[in-house]
Amino acid sequence: MIRFDYARPADVAEALRDGADAQAAYLAGGTNLVDLLKENVARPTRVVDITRLPLSGIAEIEGGGLRLGALATNTRTAYDERVQADYPLLSSAILAGATAQLRNAATNGGNINQRTRCYYFYDVGTPCNKRSPGQGCAAIGGVTRIHAILGASHQCIATHPSDMAVGLAALEAQVRVAGPGGERVIPFGDYHRLPGDEPWRDTTLQPGELVTAIDLPPETFPTHYTYLKLRDRLSYAFALVSVAVALRLEAGRIAEARIALGGVAHKPWRRPEAEALLRGQEPARDLFGAAADALLSGAKGQGANDFKLPLARKAILRALEQAAAGTPQSQTDKRIA
Amino acid sequence: MSQAALSLKDDPGPALASRPIGTLPVRLTINGEDHALDLEPWVTLLDLLRERLHLTGTKKGCDHGQCGSCTVLVDGTRLNACLKLAVSLDGSEVTTIEGLGQPGNLHPLQAAFIEHDAFQCGYCTPGQICSAVGLIAEGHAHTRDEVREQMSGNLCRCGAYTNIADAILDVMGQEGRE
Amino acid sequence: MPDTRQTPIKVGIGTPLSRVDGVDKVTGQALYAAEYVVPGMLHGVIVSGRIAKGRIAVIDEAAARAVPGVAEVLTHRNRPHVAWRDSAHKDELSIPGDPFVALRDDRILFSGQPVALVLADSFEAARFAASLLDVTYEEEPHNVDFDLSLAEKTLPLWKRKSFHAPKSHGDADTAYAEADLRHEGEYRLATEHHNPMEMHASTVHWHGDGTITVYDKCQGAQGVRDFIASSFGFRSKDVRVVNAYVGGAFGSGLRPQYQVQLAVLAAKHLQRSVRVVMTRQQMFTHVHRPQAIYSIKLGAERTGKLTSMIHDATTSTSRFENNLEDVVTWGMINYACLNMRGEYTVAPRDTYTSSDMRAPGAATGMTLFEIAMDELAYKAKVDPLEFRLLNYSDEDAMNRQPFTSKALREAYREGAAAFGWQGRPIEPRQMRDGREMIGWGVATGIWDAQFSKTSARATLLADGRLEVASATADIGTGTYTVMTLVAADTLGIAPERITSRLGDSDLPTAPVEGGSWGAASTGAAVQLACRSVAERLLKAAAKVEGQPLAAASSIDDLVFADGRMALRADPGRSVAIIDAMQAAGLDRIEVEETAATGLRGLVSQARKSRKTHSAVFAEVRVDEELGQIRVTRIVSAIAAGRIINPKTSRSQILGGVVMGIGMALHEETLADLRLGRWMNHNYAEYHIPAHADIHDIEVIFVDEPDPEVTPLGVKGLGEIGIISVAGAIANAIFHATGQRHRSLPITLDKLVA
Repeated sequence: MIRFDYARPADVAEALRDGADAQAAYLAGGTNLVDLLKENVARPTRVVDITRLPLSGIAEIEGGGLRLGALATNTRTAYDERVQADYPLLSSAILAGATAQLRNAATNGGNINQRTRCYYFYDVGTPCNKRSPGQGCAAIGGVTRIHAILGASHQCIATHPSDMAVGLAALEAQVRVAGPGGERVIPFGDYHRLPGDEPWRDTTLQPGELVTAIDLPPETFPTHYTYLKLRDRLSYAFALVSVAVALRLEAGRIAEARIALGGVAHKPWRRPEAEALLRGQEPARDLFGAAADALLSGAKGQGANDFKLPLARKAILRALEQAAAGTPQSQTDKRIA
Repeated sequence: MSQAALSLKDDPGPALASRPIGTLPVRLTINGEDHALDLEPWVTLLDLLRERLHLTGTKKGCDHGQCGSCTVLVDGTRLNACLKLAVSLDGSEVTTIEGLGQPGNLHPLQAAFIEHDAFQCGYCTPGQICSAVGLIAEGHAHTRDEVREQMSGNLCRCGAYTNIADAILDVMGQEGRE
Repeated sequence: MPDTRQTPIKVGIGTPLSRVDGVDKVTGQALYAAEYVVPGMLHGVIVSGRIAKGRIAVIDEAAARAVPGVAEVLTHRNRPHVAWRDSAHKDELSIPGDPFVALRDDRILFSGQPVALVLADSFEAARFAASLLDVTYEEEPHNVDFDLSLAEKTLPLWKRKSFHAPKSHGDADTAYAEADLRHEGEYRLATEHHNPMEMHASTVHWHGDGTITVYDKCQGAQGVRDFIASSFGFRSKDVRVVNAYVGGAFGSGLRPQYQVQLAVLAAKHLQRSVRVVMTRQQMFTHVHRPQAIYSIKLGAERTGKLTSMIHDATTSTSRFENNLEDVVTWGMINYACLNMRGEYTVAPRDTYTSSDMRAPGAATGMTLFEIAMDELAYKAKVDPLEFRLLNYSDEDAMNRQPFTSKALREAYREGAAAFGWQGRPIEPRQMRDGREMIGWGVATGIWDAQFSKTSARATLLADGRLEVASATADIGTGTYTVMTLVAADTLGIAPERITSRLGDSDLPTAPVEGGSWGAASTGAAVQLACRSVAERLLKAAAKVEGQPLAAASSIDDLVFADGRMALRADPGRSVAIIDAMQAAGLDRIEVEETAATGLRGLVSQARKSRKTHSAVFAEVRVDEELGQIRVTRIVSAIAAGRIINPKTSRSQILGGVVMGIGMALHEETLADLRLGRWMNHNYAEYHIPAHADIHDIEVIFVDEPDPEVTPLGVKGLGEIGIISVAGAIANAIFHATGQRHRSLPITLDKLVA
């Protein structure tokens, strides 16, 4: 762990001043940053401890929706009565991730900003473009079991590890950001990026910007939803593939559909054309298959992760069935509904 | 003093000059005892407990939030001590295994862990017990399945899981059968 | 004085006693190697190498040394003298080859090899400085690919003492060619790492008078003491090694690990106390269970009766040592078959040396062999349990010797009854519950019942308190409690009045804790010492007024219970232990005894095979579409002779089963073949079972009286619990899905591909 300067601002304006330095890192729950500090992957010259900022509330938005404070913990968010009633998909996605202890510490802002679990990114003894631009990507041609099948680049094949973010993507949340240039709102689909030629940039956040809240839109998906996560053990493991589905059914037909995938790309993976296929249709396995194919169009394995293609397809089918039937996956009973 | 003055890049001022270079004042209540500490910002709660305060009941099993051996209660909530910078917890109350119960005055979970032989080597045990205290306080687990899932943040390489679940369910007063 | 009480309480062998070290462990009072407070101690942080093979060219230490608080950067260039002979660095396992000596020279033998130790007055300063060390390497071609290494497989001339070469009988090839039923398969096991929860650590207390105390995470304090003395030029009597509490080991502490080498080197160099703790990542840079490939050919009559078995296995080792395990012998010992042939080789790769991990050899070989047996059972259309009974051998079929005992038949029967095996459909894919397919599998476990010469001391004080002591270790195995129970049993003293001491090289001689010989050996030594105490008590009792025990000619005429000794023939005539001590004017009785095999034992060892056995039944539920596997039930029926403490013994089996579930479904250390490096070197990506993975496990101990196997009739339990659990699970997965998986672990990708 390198040595750093420490600041503990009391309000957002002060935090932005403290965080203006390009080498500054915001510290909230610490579950990812402290881990990366110890690995010498994160090397900030200044750690800006934002835990005292007044951003931990969860409040209804005038006109509909729910504002999740960036510093509200994952636990608080997952068990919030409004979240459980109106956005159970988000609650389920959060509870599918990590552990009780980690969720107690991890914050909403920190969760969506967590970095990849790529073995090479984490191991400073190996080259990695995301960690050290220009070093090359050792994952390509290496141990690729957990890597991306969609949206990867020649510079990086890492995946985004968050479960919560997959749920937020399906719900079309918005990320509220404060920065030196004022506040702005980023649609969730634009928040994370694909690696392209700049794999070190996980998000479209600009240097010094700070997530202040995540807004859930007025449309709720209280019944026809699921978060289905497949992993190497039944708890406390990152997703090999996960699927968030939110449906609105009207008179037996799908009026609105959202599908987001985790564990397969550098960001939660959505395709408008896949969701468009579902709208106006009656739920049916063939239809779900077509949507899965559209969602996975262009998917390509790296060898050891080739299994993610059939796994993702089957998982999408099952998740759509679960959501359509209103029998969401339990995060406690590990039997897949 | 503005909180920003804690920043090391700022002029430390006369009040800070007497402290070792690079340290910050941190007040923590640990197992009911107040501690006024001067700490570098990169000291984790876990290393503070183990190396400086010699509260070695809290274990280091991975140092990266991947095993749960360092689980302690901070303001009543179970957390991985290895992922907390101690400075960040300034003003908090920390309870470790030493604060839960002592020989002759065991916490019910400590007694239940012995009765159900819920450990072998004992290394993950303080973290398991602190985690179970947190779990019961959270109130989200009622069945054996729920206990299993909510305790999955505590690895046990000796494989005492079934006995751990028995011990916790015993204290919760539930049968918790499948 | 006649004893008037009605119900003397006897706690002893067979009593389910809670761990006597339980309170220490649940309150955080138990101290592990990195937790001893030593004044003026330096913290050492290990710098791990990046390359798999080559040389260290340059180490730039300037930035590291400039960090305030840094006392030294120890490398191969400035380390103090170590013995130059390889033989000086041999440990108790005596694996043939050149043992790894940390910081010996500029050679890099494996990725993650320690290249420096940074010492500072705080852990944080040492960690920071370690991150600043700049090491340049000259790389050389390496190979960590097991499949490529098979081109160099060999059976080395020099073998470990513990290795048993397979013995062939009959003409296996012809019998195979002529068999009615034939099965041929290639089975694999991935590299696994032990991953005890406590990371390897050593605290060296430099006393300044030429002596040192080393608090070390290891399985044998005296072995590490002797190693330190021999490697670093200490007199054995000047080194004390303490391992009173060990946070799991599973074999990783059988050999002195490199952190103890580094800690002693640094202490000697700086003449200061030093602590060195590995990181979890560094736990993947040393010992591991070897990767394995096992080709099996089985021939049988139409009925399913075996006529031929041909075994050929290779396991991985390093380039600098040859670690041999007994892989192929277990199936040959266990099943009746007239024609058998076994071959075994090791293949070198550029990693650290593989070595013993829980049930070394058998957890690999018997587990995989039991999958092959299952396949043949299906070919014969015989229920897999019936199939095993059909081929049951009442003698050791490879060594052609009788067993001292073998209650495997009873284990099958009781295990099957508890599991509800009867009525199991023979064909796969017959049971389902919604979208989950259900399968039941069975497998057989076998391990050596071993005994190792061990000494123990018993000290009885005038107030009736007893201490028993031996230099053995309790790595979670329950040894403290076993010693207490045996002492309580022998002298009739309540466990609360007994103190067990172990984990200290200054205590009476004991071997390294491993191989499941601990309870049998330490228990026997404690019993001998306590019997000697009893004999002295009987003499002392002669001084008691009225000589109530005058009729006893030896202690076998007495019953020891509730702090008293009474005439077996006339229990009304008894003497309290403390009264005997007082009458004889004794303030203590202290005896040290050694339990050794003895002449009768040696004869028995030469003539008879001594084994523990298990029957493991597994139920899995597999999601038909998504391949998610849940192991919902395991029944493990164990035949292991006498059970000293049913409570902790059950836990040992539970633990073996859990690790077996990991072997079946989770555990695999993944290598980047280009970098020669383990990549999932942490607890997040190397998966061991978590709480949610573990459902119902039932443990059964079948009755197996065996006075011949060891002095107490104890066979040991540390290994048998894991063996073939993964085989039973793999067999259950086949029964559920009709998919046969021959390569462990059976991860999700293998089911959906």
